[in-house]
Amino acid sequence: MATLRGRARPNIVGGALGWIWLAIIAGPIYYMVLTSLRTQSDYYAENPLIPPGSPTIAAYRLVLENDFMRYLGNSLIVTLSSVAVLLVICLMASYAIVRTARKSVQRIFSLFMLGLAIPAQATIVPLFYMITEMHLYNTLAALILPSIGFGVPITVLILVNFVRDIPRELFESMTVDGAGPWRVLGTLVLPLARPAVVTVGIYDALQVWNGFLFPLVLTGKPEVRVLPYSLFTYQGEHGSNTPAILAAVMLSALPILAAYIIGRRQLVAGLTAGFGK
Amino acid sequence: MRRSASNVPRTQTSGVAGGRRRTGPTAWMAAPALVFFGAFALIPLVGVVVLSFTQWDGLGDIQFAGLTSWRATLADPVTHSALGLTLRVMVVSWVVQAPISLLLGVFMAGRQRYRAVLAVLYFLPLLFSSAAIGIGFKAMLDPVFGLSSALGIKWLSQDWLGNPTLALYTVIAVIAWAFVPFHSLLYQAGVRQIPRSLYEAAMIDGAGGWTQFWRITVPQLRYTIITSSTLMLVGSLTFFDLFYVMTQGGPGNATRILPLDMYLTGFRSFQMGKAAVISVILSAIGLTLSLTLNRLSGANRMESQMEGM
Repeated sequence: MATLRGRARPNIVGGALGWIWLAIIAGPIYYMVLTSLRTQSDYYAENPLIPPGSPTIAAYRLVLENDFMRYLGNSLIVTLSSVAVLLVICLMASYAIVRTARKSVQRIFSLFMLGLAIPAQATIVPLFYMITEMHLYNTLAALILPSIGFGVPITVLILVNFVRDIPRELFESMTVDGAGPWRVLGTLVLPLARPAVVTVGIYDALQVWNGFLFPLVLTGKPEVRVLPYSLFTYQGEHGSNTPAILAAVMLSALPILAAYIIGRRQLVAGLTAGFGK
Repeated sequence: MRRSASNVPRTQTSGVAGGRRRTGPTAWMAAPALVFFGAFALIPLVGVVVLSFTQWDGLGDIQFAGLTSWRATLADPVTHSALGLTLRVMVVSWVVQAPISLLLGVFMAGRQRYRAVLAVLYFLPLLFSSAAIGIGFKAMLDPVFGLSSALGIKWLSQDWLGNPTLALYTVIAVIAWAFVPFHSLLYQAGVRQIPRSLYEAAMIDGAGGWTQFWRITVPQLRYTIITSSTLMLVGSLTFFDLFYVMTQGGPGNATRILPLDMYLTGFRSFQMGKAAVISVILSAIGLTLSLTLNRLSGANRMESQMEGM
């Protein structure tokens, strides 16, 4: 415990808890990695906790040969396009909300804030109806459009809080110089709000990336399958091949692992965006 | 995060030089966000209320049915049990997760080197989607080839997901594995914001670690406790993926929580009217819960329910 720093007595209880939790966290992952490296027959024969007698990456190869890259690509398309659109439209909206006194704009802001309390899941029945009526069932757009809609409230909230801290003198001096709203947005708001844009962008990306219910209900055919949902279908298709299923699970974590290695600080900030103090 | 009514932004003075042209952004800049939000969040929300007064099989025509779906759903023992299970998941997962997250947060906030290394490893579950975690644990909990057989302890080799009394608690344990890392990050950030001087003063007064923990750390973390608890409780309403992947509501209806009941009623039994009723109930509970906790906290804090979308 931080509180005991500077004391001679080490905190044995805290330390013990820490190591026990490590075992709880690492145990299942250790099991999954080992099992994914076994052959299918060894899976039935060997003790799951002992490293495989004849380690193989056959399971990984099988997963990669079964359209894994396509599902990864679909997930990337859905996530990146949702987040790109979200950031653009929400930055525009935040600028308008902070810098106009119009009643209509303030009402829009209140409406967005109301949206924070909507659980996205609870709207799945009408969404299914709308998406089929719009002939978007089984398209990636069926996943992108609602993701944007539900991402607006939190994204606007975080960006508004940030844009509001930009000194008004900066806005005023730019407009005195004759800059129009688009130039102000591009050369003042965007650069200054960049940290918030990155943080909320990561938060939105994780939400979309991990989504499961929307793909389950709004898509069916393999061509538009996204990664988390594909894991579930692997389970159905390769039901008995546990090493392959676990290889798919491990592979699905690689993109986030890459993000974690590249920008740990930003990822943690994005994960807890808006929930910190 | 503060979301107070006083959030209404400072207004722009139009007294800036050169009144000839507009000096600020036009209101239209808010339009695209409004369109997406309105079309894909607001309209479905209104739609779910409307659909709760209809009968629809998901394919054919939608027929108005008045209160039929409401009556049928409110009298349905399966939905009653789903409601009870949801509340149990909510309470038990809070009781399990809150203390562990707080203690871990305090532990991770320490500056010792080994703690920093452990904190990196604690992040691991956050790399996986809920679906991935559910599938991984389902394999691990296999009664014959899973982990339980490896240790050779009789008590451990149970059919954790196939036993109606154990299944719910097994999934709750997996939920804790998946979400404690996130909440401990919140607590870690909270602990690091506690002024060091408070501890120094306590040390001078001769307070031990235990006293400091209860008299300084816990009270200073009250906002983090409220935020994290709100997320845990409201988030419990949206645990769909883990349950769907691991149990599909089974065995029997032993783990058929409310979101799962909504999905299975709508998209397996094709009773969209009833599914809409369950959705309305789900939203109402979520809204009440966040508003109540918000009120309790004194500060005006309302948390997003987007977690687990």
